[in-house]
Amino acid sequence: MMDAMGIFDMVLALALPWLGWRLLASPDLFRAMVLFISLGLLMALTWVRLQAPDVALAEAAIGAGLTGALFLSALRRLERLSEAERRLAFAGKREEEDEIPPERHRRAKPVAYGLALLLLAVFVLLLAWSLAQTPAGGGLGPAVGEQLGQSGVRSEVTAVLLNFRGYDTLLEVMVLFLAALGVWSLTRVRLPLQDEEPGPVLATLVRLLAPLMIMVAGYLVWIGGSRAGGAFQGGAVLAAAGVLLLLANVTVVRQIPAALLRWGLALGPLLFLLTAVVCVAAGGNLLEYPPQRAGAWILLIESASAVSIGVTLAALYAGGRPPEPPAQDRGGEQGPGRDADADAGGRQ
Amino acid sequence: MNTLLFYDFSGLALLAIGLHGLIRSSHPLRKILAANLMTSGVFLIMISGARGTGQTMIDPVPHAMVLTGIVVSVSTTAVALVLVCLVQETTNRALLWQKRKREKWGRTDG
Repeated sequence: MMDAMGIFDMVLALALPWLGWRLLASPDLFRAMVLFISLGLLMALTWVRLQAPDVALAEAAIGAGLTGALFLSALRRLERLSEAERRLAFAGKREEEDEIPPERHRRAKPVAYGLALLLLAVFVLLLAWSLAQTPAGGGLGPAVGEQLGQSGVRSEVTAVLLNFRGYDTLLEVMVLFLAALGVWSLTRVRLPLQDEEPGPVLATLVRLLAPLMIMVAGYLVWIGGSRAGGAFQGGAVLAAAGVLLLLANVTVVRQIPAALLRWGLALGPLLFLLTAVVCVAAGGNLLEYPPQRAGAWILLIESASAVSIGVTLAALYAGGRPPEPPAQDRGGEQGPGRDADADAGGRQ
Repeated sequence: MNTLLFYDFSGLALLAIGLHGLIRSSHPLRKILAANLMTSGVFLIMISGARGTGQTMIDPVPHAMVLTGIVVSVSTTAVALVLVCLVQETTNRALLWQKRKREKWGRTDG
């Protein structure tokens, strides 16, 4: 039994770098991305083997699913743009060498590789050093186990995420928020995302799946208190539902007012920040909940964060701020009108 | 005990391959893929270390950190991808390099 698992571990551990190598070596980008998604799924399997079910759930949903979808949609967008450009350039007829001049390439390589090797060597040394320094007690596991009683939840990972190291999660939610802000300030999304109408199979599937996924997301947030699950996993499933709805071009999604989306993005970070401020104002440390109410606080924060994470990740997939509502205030203010014109120029 | 080290080395290999790809490949999408491989390698090393040395207790702190890391890496990836798309849009130069298809310049106005 042990041997079988050992062989399985070995094969899995070998398969990961092999897949990584293959995906970077593959000349076709689409193929590389499909390999990337399968690598993500293998990673999820690895997390299960390493007894990290929380990470496995997040990896399968975010690492393999959403990141893969992001890559594929970016590839599609680039392809579409290049095609439009090729059509446009039909009149231009100017050709350009697009490869990097070989001699420059050759000169840059050894330096870069030298630096990379140095970095890697330093990393290996650090790793060895930290492994040697690790006390035999098994890290922070026992400490977390001792304090679990007053965290308000029964899942160790959730306790660490939202109670013991709550500031990590606070900052992380802020990073997500910043990413959404960055993407929204860079571009405007064009709906529908697909040129062609979604087929009947996709439309029906989405109708059936979307409510189910939203329910699963709620379940994941709820179960996060005692087992594997939590705000990130729930939010990721919610985001996947959003991506499906966007792909199927459901009318309801297009008609969500932008203000509501903005509040959806801000809800989690805002509530989290508010909690932190309240905790400090009540005389405790940052995010030090009162022990009797800790469970309720955590559930509240997790629910709000899950909604925000879902909206944020779906917005990141959409890749831009929501489109301007059909012209009403265009003449009124300078800013939006100019912006819309510039955007219309870029679109053609 | 022994199988633990497999994953450590696997993570290290992923990190190295990712670094190699980051330097070697010229296409920005491929570079972002490589950076993602590097994060996977780091996560693998962290979780592999969290299983502890023979002890029954697993360490939940690295698990929480990796969870955080996964979300951070997807946000950075998303921003990077949008930037790549914008680079192509604003420079009007196709980043996708097709085989034997020489690049052409289009005019900015439609």
